[in-house]
Amino acid sequence: MTPLQNLGRIDRRWLFLGMGILVLIPLLFPLHLPITPTATSIAFHRAIANVPDGSTVLMSCDYDPGTIPEMVPMTRTALRQLWEKHCKVVITVLWPGGPGLVDRVVAEVAAEYPDKKYGVDWVNLGYKPGNEAVMVLMGQGILTAFPYDYRGNATRSLPIMQRARDYADFPLLVSISAGYPGTKEWVQQVQARFHLPMVAGVTAVSVPEFYPYVQSGQLIGMLSGMAGAAEYEVLRKESGEASRGMDAQSLAHVFVALCIVLGNVVQRDVRRGDGS
Amino acid sequence: MKREVPLFLTAVIGTFMILSFFVPHQIVSVPAQFLQLTAVIVVACGYLLGGANVLRVNLVAIGRQEPGWLYKLLLVLSLLATVTIGAIEGPGFLDPGRRSRWIYDTLYSPMSATMFGLLAFFIASAAFRAFRVRTIEAMWLAAAALIVMIGRVPIGEALTRFLPVPLQLPVIQEWIMEVPQNAAKRAILMGAALGIMATGLRVILGIERAYLGGED
Repeated sequence: MTPLQNLGRIDRRWLFLGMGILVLIPLLFPLHLPITPTATSIAFHRAIANVPDGSTVLMSCDYDPGTIPEMVPMTRTALRQLWEKHCKVVITVLWPGGPGLVDRVVAEVAAEYPDKKYGVDWVNLGYKPGNEAVMVLMGQGILTAFPYDYRGNATRSLPIMQRARDYADFPLLVSISAGYPGTKEWVQQVQARFHLPMVAGVTAVSVPEFYPYVQSGQLIGMLSGMAGAAEYEVLRKESGEASRGMDAQSLAHVFVALCIVLGNVVQRDVRRGDGS
Repeated sequence: MKREVPLFLTAVIGTFMILSFFVPHQIVSVPAQFLQLTAVIVVACGYLLGGANVLRVNLVAIGRQEPGWLYKLLLVLSLLATVTIGAIEGPGFLDPGRRSRWIYDTLYSPMSATMFGLLAFFIASAAFRAFRVRTIEAMWLAAAALIVMIGRVPIGEALTRFLPVPLQLPVIQEWIMEVPQNAAKRAILMGAALGIMATGLRVILGIERAYLGGED
């Protein structure tokens, strides 16, 4: 048996160990690989920069703890950019596992801006079942769809909601989404129907699905996974979790690529051996 | 009547919802709003049914001591404990300091993130064992996958920075994503949209009746 054929019978736990080491090392000792923002990330940043100062923006955080490394850095950076423009932020969550996480993330960022007050500068409307039905219902009136916020306050009584009655009151929708319901449904049900300008932050695995919407102009900008979040941090001159995670992700991608190449070389050797 | 009434309701409500997309007048928008609210309530009731179904399926398996019944018991106990604690704590059950919040932060959140984190390890294993290039088409697919995989992360830029711009991996991967990938994806999206429209029409017209269950 050749060394290559031996390699083909490698215990997969060695592969797990290799992946673990390659992810761990750059997290402990950063490589500081260069991060160059792509056109879609620049467009995302520019779309928020172009929102009139002090306006009220709708932000839908449709994810749960499974996608924290990709979604949370985007959420943090977008909130910082919006609040530095003195924008008010109305937050919705259409994933049942998400409200607790999103509320914590928003509260952490809000703590960096002591002048930002709940109910005045931001509100978390929380989770509502119904997926697309909720999106369309919000078009009839945000207060109708969400009579109470995540904390149990009557939304009618909150100052921020006095200027957020329906989609026409928002200059931009920021969709941070990890799947269904998420960006695709917001485009189909809200952007196409109510013509609300929209940007999105999506998981890397779902990026191909959204390129047609970027090219058609339905998505003004897009952040693609953790790489997009890191590019956004670079554009904002922040050193956040996504930038730190990109070294680890780079090495993990190289390892997977090597596995594909090596796996095929081994297989080819095995087939040649069988043939002879 | 058991079939005619649901078919009639589906046809009327389906047509009405399509109409509400194009007609913003109150005559249409107010009933449409009522129907959308109803949909939200129906979906919420679906969660109750889902929960009841999880209990039923797992309790039966536990009673028969089927393989893995201990895990099912753990699932049922966790479900009951989470729902009970949430119900006792009432509104604001996820506020800081509440028990439900503790369950969310220390159990649900890390376990959910761990499940996703494990994917990286299994992808590496699957890439080594299963991604086989046996045809020319598979070779093109593998080449595109490798370029996109490396080109989308900073190391792709670092490795090919010395090359002319059109040959740098991030530039090539961007072209792959924007041109061939986008063309294929758009075709799939259009095909799917046409299929959804056709199915919707079949449901409204009563041709497609599978959703009613039972014999057609």
